[in-house]
Amino acid sequence: MRYHPHSTADREFMLQKIGAAHINELFSDIPENARIQGDLPLPAHASEMSVERQLSSLAAHNVSAGSVPFFCGAGAYKHHVPAMVDHLIQRSEFLTSYTPYQPEISQGTLQYLFEFQTQVALLTGMDVANASMYDGSTAAAEAVLMAHRITKKRKCLVSGSLHPHYADVIETNANLTGDACVRLPADARNAEDIIAQLDESLSCIVIQTPSFFGHLIDLQPIADAAHKLNIIVIAVFTEVVSLGLLQSPGAMGADIVVGEGQSIGNALNFGGPYLGLFATREKYVRQMPGRLCGETVDANGKRGFVLTLSTREQHIRRDKATSNICTNSGLCALAFTIHTTLLGEKGLQQMARINHAKALELRTALQGVKGVEILNTTFFNEFSIALPKPAAEIVEALAARNILGGVPASRLLPAEPSMHNILILAATEITTSEDIALLTTALKEVL
Amino acid sequence: MLNSIGRPTAPTAAETQDYPTFTGNKGLQLEQPLLFEIGRADCTGVDFEDVTLNDNALGKFQRDSIGLVGLSEPEAMRHYVRLSQKNYSIDAGLYPLGSCTMKHNPRLNEKMARLAGFSDIHPLQPISTVQGALQLMDTLSHYLLTLTGMEAVALSPKAGAHGEMCGMMAIKAALIARGEAGTRTTVLVPISAHGTNPATAAQLGFTVRDVPARADGTVCVETVKSLLDDSVAAIMLTNPNTCGLFEREVKQIADAVHEAGGYFYCDGANFNAIVGKVKVADLGVDAMHINLHKTFSTPHGGGGPGSGPVVLSPALAKFAPVPFVKKVGNGYVLIEHTSSSASEPRIHLKEDPRVKPEDDSHLAFGRMVAFHGQTGMYVRALTYMLSHGADGMRQASEDAVLNANYIKACLQDLYSVPFDVKFCMHEALFDDRCLNGTGLTTLDLAKAMIDEGYHPMTMYFPLVVHGAMLIEPTESESLAALDLFIATMRDLMMRAQSGNPDIIHQFKTAPHHTPRARLDETRAARSPKLRWNA
Amino acid sequence: MKYKDTHEYIKADGTVGITNHAQELLGDIVFVELPKIGRVVKAGEAVAVVESVKAASEVYAPVSGEIIAINEALNGAPERVNQSPESDAWFFKLKVANDAEVSALMDEAAYKAMIG
Repeated sequence: MRYHPHSTADREFMLQKIGAAHINELFSDIPENARIQGDLPLPAHASEMSVERQLSSLAAHNVSAGSVPFFCGAGAYKHHVPAMVDHLIQRSEFLTSYTPYQPEISQGTLQYLFEFQTQVALLTGMDVANASMYDGSTAAAEAVLMAHRITKKRKCLVSGSLHPHYADVIETNANLTGDACVRLPADARNAEDIIAQLDESLSCIVIQTPSFFGHLIDLQPIADAAHKLNIIVIAVFTEVVSLGLLQSPGAMGADIVVGEGQSIGNALNFGGPYLGLFATREKYVRQMPGRLCGETVDANGKRGFVLTLSTREQHIRRDKATSNICTNSGLCALAFTIHTTLLGEKGLQQMARINHAKALELRTALQGVKGVEILNTTFFNEFSIALPKPAAEIVEALAARNILGGVPASRLLPAEPSMHNILILAATEITTSEDIALLTTALKEVL
Repeated sequence: MLNSIGRPTAPTAAETQDYPTFTGNKGLQLEQPLLFEIGRADCTGVDFEDVTLNDNALGKFQRDSIGLVGLSEPEAMRHYVRLSQKNYSIDAGLYPLGSCTMKHNPRLNEKMARLAGFSDIHPLQPISTVQGALQLMDTLSHYLLTLTGMEAVALSPKAGAHGEMCGMMAIKAALIARGEAGTRTTVLVPISAHGTNPATAAQLGFTVRDVPARADGTVCVETVKSLLDDSVAAIMLTNPNTCGLFEREVKQIADAVHEAGGYFYCDGANFNAIVGKVKVADLGVDAMHINLHKTFSTPHGGGGPGSGPVVLSPALAKFAPVPFVKKVGNGYVLIEHTSSSASEPRIHLKEDPRVKPEDDSHLAFGRMVAFHGQTGMYVRALTYMLSHGADGMRQASEDAVLNANYIKACLQDLYSVPFDVKFCMHEALFDDRCLNGTGLTTLDLAKAMIDEGYHPMTMYFPLVVHGAMLIEPTESESLAALDLFIATMRDLMMRAQSGNPDIIHQFKTAPHHTPRARLDETRAARSPKLRWNA
Repeated sequence: MKYKDTHEYIKADGTVGITNHAQELLGDIVFVELPKIGRVVKAGEAVAVVESVKAASEVYAPVSGEIIAINEALNGAPERVNQSPESDAWFFKLKVANDAEVSALMDEAAYKAMIG
């Protein structure tokens, strides 16, 4: 077996040194009736060539986004990632190191985390960001718990603008912790008046812009109203590229900003691993979940970095920790930070403008398709349309024509009949005019 | 004669003095400023055409500046390569971090995860276009269930602690279904447990009650029994435990907890010791998370992403969260909602004629994460499993345990062993009594290891052992690598015990040969500086 | 000065802090969280938090009473707890509800015996 260095003679020598007659002697504490005799009913070891063949055959049964006209978004986006990013994150020193608990031999990881935290704080318009969370949805759920700690209230209000999976995660938490969670109906037409729903019993509101349906929402009046009632405003985004062009949630009064960072540096990966971004105001930093990297000096007075404020965390505070989270999404954060460094302010703004231009082009093209109603007046690179037929059927029909033509809202909201005919479409810098033409032609055929 | 200019071709006498350099660099140890000190707002390493938006749909929401800086591609490459060179890694050397299972990360896994058919598929594209991905998830589930003998698996948890949350949520859901969530509010956790265990229990509103360990580091069934009453929801027990020992009475403990109406959550962080050796189901486990980034070699990546699927017993299987994959005819479907039609089972059930899926169709406790979990990690873990096969996975566990015992056998005359046990599982635990009278601590020894080119072992954990040193070599180390490590550790301890003030000083100020010396963590925490500011 | 077994002291004027022994155990103090003035607390209730780099510890009310003052100076300078824990680095002042609770606490000799 190519991964095991020992020879049979090595093993025998070692057993002798240990004072065991047989390897199974080392496992003698295991109750007899729980021991496995012989090998389990699974195939035996296989060569690299053979494994590659098996997995390639599985991969071949999927339609990859890059092989067809592609318009799916709804929380995960296909962008072009420069070749350098994937090369660098596969460097041994990044890929095969552990959490930087020994700072003297982890300055590489620590410095990029410090740079990452700075980039996220700048993008979100907040004071501080942590070293990342599992993904956007779990970051949102953690933000709700953080708001509960700050306000000492236990009730959240979830806007209909929020990605339904994110709302599901928050709701699942609440169901099992006994906290209260009020969920407003999905808001495809941007008709929600959340200010009318606010009262002092709320710990926080969770609101997404650009919304799940693509609408841009003005957080400022909502934040102003919420703050008067001691309610924490949690702003969510799922498309981080939008922050290259749009007003930051921090500038609009949000107290905690969370979102999905997959769009920058990371592939679609069928939903994971992704990258949770989490930022807040300085005054709340000790209530934050997750790892934080901070600047300090070494014994010789040279600048260096360490994980800090760890008394918030589970390995010290145990049952009084701010969260049970133990890891972050390190390598995805590295991909994000490298890609953001390559883009820079200028590149990100250019990229965001192209995304918006492509979405405008898509909207114009769809306006020419009979039966399509555009639901958005504002959007970034994603918007919703209403169709005369169930969107899921249309998407299947498009897939049969080798087009991945967006995400039907019913895929995430099957219980809401008002969602059945709504389709969410995204365009990014990878979208070509030919793709758009193929989509509109096919749509005309299947509608 | 092309070159007759004489120049020395052999080194002069060795120099140990630390000469300062103009740049601050020391040969291959290169200093690297922060990105924000070298980047420029108008510099980019990506070529885009400059699009002017004549018309837009942005309303009043356009922002001016962000404050980011950029680098050209060659500058960015150098920046991150230089940063990478400041990191230790498993590819570079032995990484004996106990409880972390720093084993070799095969690059085939990376290659497979990057196949466009896995990496470039969207989580919400039509199910008909992702049949291969669903089959992959189904196959991984089959492997995890076969390896543990358990009833069902929830793949979606994003990391070990998230898996713990999943298991404990399933337990909470089961208690709710029994109408006992209001009364069963206590979770028993040994003091030796990972901090995530009590944190998870507390996050779900449970009260944590400590379980003391026996003198040999294991939990005694009688102690557990004395703590059981009808307020106990569950016990969270790590097995093999954090002292590197198999809990001999685990089955009796499970039985006692079950008899008292509670559930048994097993922390599977140390699964690498027992793959192919123990049927977890036969230990009475109700839920156990499996760290794919430990046992199944998905890379740690400097701190994630991880992946923590949870296997469940028949008692909890029906409460597993969405989503899960189900085989229907020749194809696969993905069950994504708790409220879909009652004929859909909510869990990945083994084929068992006694189980009627429709009985339990409304019990899934909800959703833990957007989309379907860490698919990219599933690909890597399955690649590992297919490569190793049943025989290779068993061999890996045997070698991991063999290596730990070899280290224990070769060090225990010099390093003090906290518990009088003949054998350990896949990690060897020492305490700091061997440093008594030297003036040195476990931390000093660890920092001196760094100078010798090793990543330190896990220190000061588990908390039940004073100055703990937890060494987990994994199966990836050759005998020669182990022998050199052992020789180094012996040399370090003999030097530590020498009483020579110069040597003691060297330990106390170690490491000396790293990009940075010991860092001031107090200063970092007193006045936190968490981002760059101009 | 009287002592609680969890290493808090209380002075005759109701001033509460952590003992020199406690600060030695914790190491470099990096953060102190103080209660709100006016809060009424019971003996043994967790009232404040003191943190070093690697440890976090609750500070308990040695006796019941009302918080009538807090030592704001600690907020910007937690290191004072290392320097002068039993003098100017006090945590909060209690208006003691029941003097008998104070009498029941350890005296200096008993505390010294406890910490060995």
